[in-house]
Amino acid sequence: MLSIKNLHASINGKEILKGINLEIKPGEVHAIMGPNGAGKSTLASVLAGRELFEVTEGEVIFEQKDLLDLSPEDRAKEGIFLGFQYPIEIPGVSTVNFMKTAVNEHRKYKGLEPLKASDFLKLMRDKKALVEIDSNLTNRSVNEGFSGGEKKKNEIFQMAMLEPKLAVLDETDSGLDIDALRIVANGVNKLKTAENSTIVITHYQRLLDYIVPDVVHVLFDGRIVKTAGKELALELEEKGYDWIKEELVK
Amino acid sequence: MSIDTINNDFADLFEQGKSLLDDKSSKFMNTKREEAFEQFKRLGVPTLANENYKYTNLVPAFDHPYTVDLQYRTVMGDLNELFYCDVPELDTNLVLLSNGWYYNQNRKLDIPEGVIVCSLQEAAEKHSEIFDKHYGKYAKPNEEGIVALNTALAKDGVFIYVPKNVVVEKPIQVINLLRSDRDLMATQRNLVVIEENAQAKLIFCDHTLTHSKYLSNTVSEINVAKNAIFDLYTLQNQHLNATILNSVFIRQEANSNVLSNTLSLYGGMIRNNHYTLFDGEHCENHTYGMYLMDRNQHVDNFTFADHAKPNCVSNEHFKGVMDDEATAAFTGKIHVRRDAQKTEAYQKNNNLLLSDTAVINTKPQLIIDADDVKCSHGATVGQMDDDALFYLRARGINEKEARMMLMFAFAHEIIEKIRIDALKDRIDELVEKRLRGEISKCNTCAIACNQ
Repeated sequence: MLSIKNLHASINGKEILKGINLEIKPGEVHAIMGPNGAGKSTLASVLAGRELFEVTEGEVIFEQKDLLDLSPEDRAKEGIFLGFQYPIEIPGVSTVNFMKTAVNEHRKYKGLEPLKASDFLKLMRDKKALVEIDSNLTNRSVNEGFSGGEKKKNEIFQMAMLEPKLAVLDETDSGLDIDALRIVANGVNKLKTAENSTIVITHYQRLLDYIVPDVVHVLFDGRIVKTAGKELALELEEKGYDWIKEELVK
Repeated sequence: MSIDTINNDFADLFEQGKSLLDDKSSKFMNTKREEAFEQFKRLGVPTLANENYKYTNLVPAFDHPYTVDLQYRTVMGDLNELFYCDVPELDTNLVLLSNGWYYNQNRKLDIPEGVIVCSLQEAAEKHSEIFDKHYGKYAKPNEEGIVALNTALAKDGVFIYVPKNVVVEKPIQVINLLRSDRDLMATQRNLVVIEENAQAKLIFCDHTLTHSKYLSNTVSEINVAKNAIFDLYTLQNQHLNATILNSVFIRQEANSNVLSNTLSLYGGMIRNNHYTLFDGEHCENHTYGMYLMDRNQHVDNFTFADHAKPNCVSNEHFKGVMDDEATAAFTGKIHVRRDAQKTEAYQKNNNLLLSDTAVINTKPQLIIDADDVKCSHGATVGQMDDDALFYLRARGINEKEARMMLMFAFAHEIIEKIRIDALKDRIDELVEKRLRGEISKCNTCAIACNQ
């Protein structure tokens, strides 16, 4: 589904990603862990097409397409979803209008007619129930005045609405209390199918108790330095990242 | 032509047209006329040398051989047929003006007993007791040259009177139709008197129906008595060859509540003077405005909140979206007088610039002579928020549409303050069209906007 080869990216001339290699197959859940500043969020942003970052080398193939050639909106419509670490507040843009526009843009891309108003509202209702998000949040402007947890729930709600092939969840657990964490993780799990894949970017192991990964990668200084099964997450939780650094030095 | 020539031409017009000006106007109006003319001779048309007009050069707009109608010009055809406001579900008391003059075949209005809506001329004669008490009392011909000029040339406009305790449910919508085959200068003078504990909503719309060049100089005086609630919506949507000078003077008495919203959607040159005098305690005032300008359009909003009495709250917010070579200016003057303790006065002006060549000059001006007050002001000039833009695009919304949504959201903050739902919906629609680069035409106005 996704194949990243020797990906280098920099911001303002400073190289952040220094040769990432990653293969993700349909249905897989990959966790990317690593200390602060390792480049985890940069990788997520680059996959979503943030123009702030300049890709200097390497390739990203998504479903046989060169992802780096596509605009952020086309990547989204091809099926990539970025769950933001810090979702943006957009006063004055209603969540309903936002989602209606997004859903219909996706449909147009697939050659489908826009949804009828009643069908759209039904879809909203179903997905709201699925991810346990309150109507008083979706009736407001996008993320405006939301708590940290509410913003993350809203990300998962949007993901449910757009049904991506590949979801990249950037620090979705940050700022969540245990109840919110469980709700968010449940949402992700319910949306899981044998076809779609997930990249969970996280600093802590905690989220991985709920979203169980098939593969765990450690990102350090712009490179993936270790890849193993889910037990790696537990080891990291227990021992921190220092032992990996030491291993690298050897 | 030099500014002196322009001023002298007005002096000649006044002297030579004196008998026509005085004809059908009440004695009281004519007394005010004389006084104002003296003021105009002193002040003249404001030039860039005038600090308050530093960013708006009116001289080119005045430098043109306009026709000036000193008498009611018979309207050919039925204006009610020629123009109808097509806002769905906007149920208003519709009053038409023709080039600033009260149309003599306006339809009967659905207004409560005691409420008066008529021509200014008629009010000056038939309701002189009310008229003389308020006319010329709030406008400042001694400070503003264009107000002096208006008062000197004033013949007609709309008069609205809402008696004590009366609530006018249906908004009163006054549409001034600029319609002339010759280039025209129109002078419109309005007087609105809202008595104690009364309530009313007023919508002023301006439309250009022909391609002629227009200079429209309007002055509205509005007195809102104790405990009264009054809304004023001003919708400006004229063609590029029109200059709109719109001066509003509001006086608020104790415990009154006023909301005004000035929406400048289109026009060649627009200058709004918005004065509010807080002349009683515990008044509340909300002054909002929005301007969407592109090409080489120009808009200048000058506001003055004069806190003369204690315990009043004023809240002011203007927002603008500017593209191409459009220019705008905003001045927010607040004066808290010495005894106006416990005043709260807030002011904001936010601008979104879409091109490198659009210009905004924004200036807060606070004069605070009392010591126990809360005042704030803030002005921002910015471009589109890149984070928000990326967020929308990352959900599959194309860049153009995402920009549209953000611009619309920016403007909507002002639109949502409108307390008439049908009007709010229509403005939303017009603004959306406008931001999409379509002509935001209001029905029949289309013919003249589309140039």
